[in-house]
Amino acid sequence: MTDLAATGALPKPKRDLLPVLLPAVLALAMLPLIGSGSSWVTLTVASLAMGMMIFIMASGLTLVFGLMDVLNFGHGAFISVGAYVATLVLLPLATLVQADSLLTNLAVLAPAALLSMAVSGALGLVVERVLILPVYGQHLKQILMTTGGLIVAEQALYALWGPQIIPLPLPTSLRGSFIIGDIAIAKYRLLAMLVGLIVFCGIQLVLNRTKIGLLIRAGVENREMVEALGYRIRRLFLGVFMVGSGLAGLGGVMWALYREQVHASMGNDLTVLVFIVVIIGGLGSIGGCFIGALLVAMVANYGGFLVPKLALVSNILLMVAILMWRPRGLYAVTSR
Amino acid sequence: MMILSGDPPRSRALTLILVVIIAGLAITPLVFPGAKAMNVATKICIFAALVASYDLLLGYTGTVSFAHTMFYGIGSYAIAIALYAMGPNWAAVATGVVIGLPLAMALALAIGLFSLRVEAIFFAMITLAVASAFLVLASQLSWLTGGEDGRSFQLPELLRPGTVLISKSTLGFELNGRVLTYYLIFIASAAMILALLRVVNSPFGRVLQAIRENRFRAEALGFRTVFHLTYANCIAALVAASAGMLNALWLRYTGPDTSLSFSIMLDILLMVVIGGMGTIYGAIIGATIFILAQNYLQALMGAAFNAAAEAGLPLLPGLLHPDRWLLWLGLLFIASVYFFPTGVVGRLRNPPRKSA
Repeated sequence: MTDLAATGALPKPKRDLLPVLLPAVLALAMLPLIGSGSSWVTLTVASLAMGMMIFIMASGLTLVFGLMDVLNFGHGAFISVGAYVATLVLLPLATLVQADSLLTNLAVLAPAALLSMAVSGALGLVVERVLILPVYGQHLKQILMTTGGLIVAEQALYALWGPQIIPLPLPTSLRGSFIIGDIAIAKYRLLAMLVGLIVFCGIQLVLNRTKIGLLIRAGVENREMVEALGYRIRRLFLGVFMVGSGLAGLGGVMWALYREQVHASMGNDLTVLVFIVVIIGGLGSIGGCFIGALLVAMVANYGGFLVPKLALVSNILLMVAILMWRPRGLYAVTSR
Repeated sequence: MMILSGDPPRSRALTLILVVIIAGLAITPLVFPGAKAMNVATKICIFAALVASYDLLLGYTGTVSFAHTMFYGIGSYAIAIALYAMGPNWAAVATGVVIGLPLAMALALAIGLFSLRVEAIFFAMITLAVASAFLVLASQLSWLTGGEDGRSFQLPELLRPGTVLISKSTLGFELNGRVLTYYLIFIASAAMILALLRVVNSPFGRVLQAIRENRFRAEALGFRTVFHLTYANCIAALVAASAGMLNALWLRYTGPDTSLSFSIMLDILLMVVIGGMGTIYGAIIGATIFILAQNYLQALMGAAFNAAAEAGLPLLPGLLHPDRWLLWLGLLFIASVYFFPTGVVGRLRNPPRKSA
């Protein structure tokens, strides 16, 4: 007689903490190199804020790839569209934006961000139905289709808003920095970090604590099995695609406010950064994407401070280094 | 047939179009000696070769590279920097060639060995990242490349517009350095396209197609796929760098915008897909359609723009503005990927059968 009932606790899933420690180790290792504590804090906060913004933009891309094996080269278009839509709210209401009250400012920013997310999410719906649906499972055509989408979106933005750079000033109450001793921390960076953390926690909660999240994670690991169990993964994917596009739009708004300007080429520029983040993190992994975004931002900020010339290629060097260490990114989720 | 490597256009309409294009390009300096027509014709020649080399990658091996302009830029910059630093003589041109081609080759080899082992999608992303880093480098290392301003330089005596070899009174047209440069480019581009045609019709080219259709099976048959893909990548890089050199010789200038920018990469992609992937001939057709559209569609759109603006229509003037011509070509691109993935050439070779 053997006892088939499990008596002991289930073996715990293996936790791979090495990548998690990487940003912290990197930050600490840079402290002696930078020398001054206050500049280190400023740089670290800057990289955290930048990393969070990149993460917001990249999270959708990595999930979409993980779930459906679709790589959207037009992801940058959602970033630009988000930023442009925000100007529709922020520029007419410039008086409220310039009012010196945090509540008033946020009361304008929040609807602007929501509208951007809604519009880029809706655009995601259209793109998925029109461009991606006909070419499922064909990588080459996906790349071509989405690149074509990127061209059309960029040109359409130029047609609608004109080719000039649109200045987008930060709200008054988010300008300037908090000064603690000799440490200056820009207010907007704190807000960006906050939003980034909320998005990260939100995604993690949905993925780990809800049924939809369970299905998404299962779909990332083995799509056919989930389909065999009777779930319509196409519909799930459409939802993820829309949310991912919406998040890219949100990231676009935040980036535009960070740079205080909007231009259709920003989507193109950020696409490269977002791709590097997604590759570093391991395609399909939200945690890896988060760490990858922080690493990219840190290397950009510290590198820019220490060796300005190196900052130009620092992202590539980082990517090469990470891929040497783990050829499929920090966390390899998919078997692809 | 020998010169076409046994791969003729295989369609009467296609042959006719190609003959018209090539004959048109050959007589352009005699018939339309104006600056604009010459520029358009040169650009068609150079881009036909560049796009054909990209077709070797995209159409024959099925790998999407976004680093093709990088090799184009390496060629351009090699010539520009050599001529700028060493003065206008043939030794400088030779130096540019001797430095530029191996450099492009080495970089293609490195990228290939590093990233062609993985799937097409990673390769696309990695080449995009490398190319954008290269673009930033080129615009920042201003002591070498001239930064955003680029490098203007003078050509050797023989190729200058002022050099008149045969005056107008003798032959009825003027054979000057500019015309000579044009024919140099025309012949070099034609040679490169014929060489590529040779490559894709060789046993090596057949292996590339096998890899495109089913990499796993090609590997099972005993072909070292990484070796073949890397080799193809190097050949494509060499041709692209040579095209870049021709471009530098024609423009007498090299800068980030004319040789490295991401928009050139998109242009190449548009040309190869519209013309027809995996045909080489598609490169000639695609480049001709695209560049003619770029130069003459804008004028047409300008007229439509004025008409729409006068009629007071909303939105339409913005969409028809001459600078928005890429919007329409982008839509054409998506439509052609979707509806006729084999492009113009594929369409002409296999016309859609009418339903009985």
